[in-house]
Amino acid sequence: MSEPFLIGDGMTGGYGKGPDILHDCTIAVNPGEIAVIVGPNGAGKSTAMKAVFGMLSLNAGAVRLDGEDITRLSPQDRVVKGMGFVPQTSNIFTSMTVEENLEMGAFIRTDDITETMEQVYELFPILRDKRSQPAGELSGGQRQQVAVGRALMTKPKVLMLDEPTAGVSPIVMDELFDRIIEVARTGLPILMVEQNAKQALEIADKGYVLVQGRNAYSGTGQELLADPEVRKSFLGG
Amino acid sequence: MTDTIKHSLMFAAVALLILLEGLTDWSFFSGSWNSSLVILNMGLISAIMALGVNLQWGFAGLFNVGVMGFTALGGLAVVLTATPPTPGAWSAGGPGIVMAMVMGALTVVAAVTVTRFLPRGGLRALLILLILAVGFVIYRALFDPSVEAIEAINPALEGNIGGLGWPVILSWPVGGLLAAGAAWLIGKTALGLRSDYLAIATLGIAEIVIAVLKNEDWLSRGVKNVVGLPRPVPFEVDLQNDPAYVEWFAGFGLDPVLGSTLYVKLGYAFLFTLVLLILLWMAQMALKSPWGRMMRAIRDNEVAARAMGKNVTKRHLQIFVLGSAICGIAGAMMTTLDGQLTPGTYNPLRFTFLIWVMVIVGGSGNNFGAVLGGFLIWFLWIKVEPMSLELITLLTSGLGENSGLRAHLMENAAHMRLFTMGLILLLVLRFSPRGLIPEK
Amino acid sequence: MDFLNAIVALTNFVMIPAVAYGSQLALGALGVTLIYSILRFSNFAHGDTMAFGTMITILVTWAFQSWGIGFGPLPTALLALPFGIMATMALMLVTDRTVYRFYRAQKAKPVVFVMVSLGVMFMMNGLVRFIIGPGDQRFTDGERFIIKARAFKEMTGLSEGLAIKTTQGITVVTAIVVVALLFWFLNKTRTGKSMRAYSDNEDLALLSGINPERVVMYTWLIVATLATIAGVLYGLDKSFKPFTYFQLLLPIFAAAIVGGLGSPQGAIAGGFIIAFSEVTITYAWKKVLGYLMPENMGPDGLVQLLSTDYKFAVSFAILIIVLLFKPTGLFKGKSV
Repeated sequence: MSEPFLIGDGMTGGYGKGPDILHDCTIAVNPGEIAVIVGPNGAGKSTAMKAVFGMLSLNAGAVRLDGEDITRLSPQDRVVKGMGFVPQTSNIFTSMTVEENLEMGAFIRTDDITETMEQVYELFPILRDKRSQPAGELSGGQRQQVAVGRALMTKPKVLMLDEPTAGVSPIVMDELFDRIIEVARTGLPILMVEQNAKQALEIADKGYVLVQGRNAYSGTGQELLADPEVRKSFLGG
Repeated sequence: MTDTIKHSLMFAAVALLILLEGLTDWSFFSGSWNSSLVILNMGLISAIMALGVNLQWGFAGLFNVGVMGFTALGGLAVVLTATPPTPGAWSAGGPGIVMAMVMGALTVVAAVTVTRFLPRGGLRALLILLILAVGFVIYRALFDPSVEAIEAINPALEGNIGGLGWPVILSWPVGGLLAAGAAWLIGKTALGLRSDYLAIATLGIAEIVIAVLKNEDWLSRGVKNVVGLPRPVPFEVDLQNDPAYVEWFAGFGLDPVLGSTLYVKLGYAFLFTLVLLILLWMAQMALKSPWGRMMRAIRDNEVAARAMGKNVTKRHLQIFVLGSAICGIAGAMMTTLDGQLTPGTYNPLRFTFLIWVMVIVGGSGNNFGAVLGGFLIWFLWIKVEPMSLELITLLTSGLGENSGLRAHLMENAAHMRLFTMGLILLLVLRFSPRGLIPEK
Repeated sequence: MDFLNAIVALTNFVMIPAVAYGSQLALGALGVTLIYSILRFSNFAHGDTMAFGTMITILVTWAFQSWGIGFGPLPTALLALPFGIMATMALMLVTDRTVYRFYRAQKAKPVVFVMVSLGVMFMMNGLVRFIIGPGDQRFTDGERFIIKARAFKEMTGLSEGLAIKTTQGITVVTAIVVVALLFWFLNKTRTGKSMRAYSDNEDLALLSGINPERVVMYTWLIVATLATIAGVLYGLDKSFKPFTYFQLLLPIFAAAIVGGLGSPQGAIAGGFIIAFSEVTITYAWKKVLGYLMPENMGPDGLVQLLSTDYKFAVSFAILIIVLLFKPTGLFKGKSV
């Protein structure tokens, strides 16, 4: 089997000098795929994603992007390498307009960004209408779109979303998932942490169920949904 | 080496510096016991002020940069308590001023009541404005003629309300009370706010206190100063005229003039040491008490303390009032030592920020640290000037006697003390942020 | 006619001085607010930064004057201003590198930064006094007035004169230009936007590849410029004295807080609010009221609400009122 495009391989580590939260945890994603990390509260879902993004130090294991070992790089350097990250909270510049948010997303680029911005507006048409409004005045779902759009502005090679549907209504959640599928269709690998395990696994090409910082189950989204063990423990029957 | 020995050695070192000031005229030391005792006395007062600030900052994390204001209120207390009453002043203007004050207080109370009980809106705002405006007019109508009447009494020497004629020592606790009252008012309004807002608020109140002292001539004679304040120790002249004392001084090989000044200064030093020891003892007891532990718990984690049901704002108000009261006591002592109240000389760099340097350098959160910092920084504050003069003389020795640059540097060497204090503060914050004697 | 006279007197003694003073405060408050929003602390050394920039400008002005270089009817200090700004920029960058950067790397608490700024304040204060001395320095030259009181009286036939000092005119024009440039920079340029982004959400700015050290450097450069201009304008309009500049800290902070710390628009509004209140409350209204009231009902006293020495009290009272009723300031500022 060839090496996945992005892989956090056997990651073990925790925050600062604290105890290890992750234990030999492996997460991977390939182009065109949506990989979803699910699991009970406190299982280390977000921590696993932050580890992939370099926000905590690993005691063991490695992170490789496109075959290159990036384990020692800072999050900022990983952004330059092509990782786009959307944090769960405070993921937009509230006092700046939608368009400025997108511009700031593209800060590291020196080339013309109008084309990428056009693509983002096509993906999220509502943002085009609100382009000169401060992002802080938008609704929850719209803010998430700004956040994803901002991350897309760097033309990342992989997009990572930390609970993109946290705190939005079910209807908005469905719409957001549709958008995420659309992004994935462009060939961009997407790694995402989700609280709403059932809905997320439905759109996932690959799912990871974490329990106490360890890989408990993994497989395609459909496999996991069909797995009676997983259903019983995490999906409420 | 245990910490106790280390810290005792630090105190010994500072004591040695002050002793050397009297013993030798080598380098920047003056070799004058007089100057040594002057440093000691102001060092004692500085140590008390540092104790007060340490109470607020070290125990509770309150950022008070209005020390100058509380110090000045202490100074005012000396005038109001210890000077003899001005004949006729009370009958001329006293009732008017008291009524004006009552009227002012009533106006504020009325405005606050309206704010509390009426719903937000244009009507409320209008009503408040109206109350304030009418209150202000009545206040001025009562106040102005009384002030004029008082200020007209013997303006060359008095022209102020005068004092109660009590013994001057009593003015020290009164200074503490006055400062505590002001601190309570400020604390009530500003303590709920963020730390930088409290800083700005206290900075402002200190300036206002000084402005009041400078302008309300009926109270403290303003910039005309109050001189010849009563003293808790004998006057030098009286000692010199007393044969018994002269003989006693001669026994030490001292001429009457030097002997009497040293005697007086030692008297002050004794009184101040007594006050310092009492306050230090109280501060230590407070630190070790459950109350002190709770204070530090609040400082370290306000949210947790609140969650445990502690009334953080109330505790903060307590310690803010206490710390300010100590600054007020120290201020009264300083004015007593000076023998005069000169509102024009209060300067925030010297009376607020220097005290902060003392606390930070000494070790915030540790009472002994604050005291050590008080002595050490005060010694440096006095001695940096001759030190930098020596340095400049050395550095410019190649320039020749008539060099303009040299003359300029010599002339402005005095300002190096501010620069040095800043440098010391920055160095301590950087390399030893917990100070010389860290909190346990 | 009396009504016109009253208006002219009001303009002459209240409006014009307040507008000039307000512009100076606004520029000062902008510096404080920028540092607060980017570096996230209240900079107590700001008044002394203003004093330092002004001092360098004065020294260069004197050099120009001794070489016979002038600026026609305008004050020579305007020619010297760029030198003052550059020296202050250098000082700010050196201070940041040697002092503040260490605490940034440590992610120290804001109150530690405030302490550190106290140390910087002491050092700058000492430095300025050491170089130029603690006394009053006047360095205004060129034409004194744009409109002279007498010329105005002759022109209009009113008994009340209107004088506009050159320095007042320069203050207002400079302030408008500087503020326009600043807002253009913050809203239209990439660097300016990155500063706003950093101020808005530091973590996300880092994720977007914005280099915090660059943002901080630009902030100090802008603050140095604003502080020097504010200081020089104040010095031209009144006079230069190190201690006065230190004391300006209070009205400047009051302006920044009243407007909302962290909000540039707020800093400007706050500057004018403080300036107008200080001037109107400490102004003796006898003259204006004398014109407005019937002949025999003119006021006897000065009709001064508070004596000029209480102008700090005015800043302070406004500050407290705003803090009690609207703690984030009139324009929503940040609260850290």
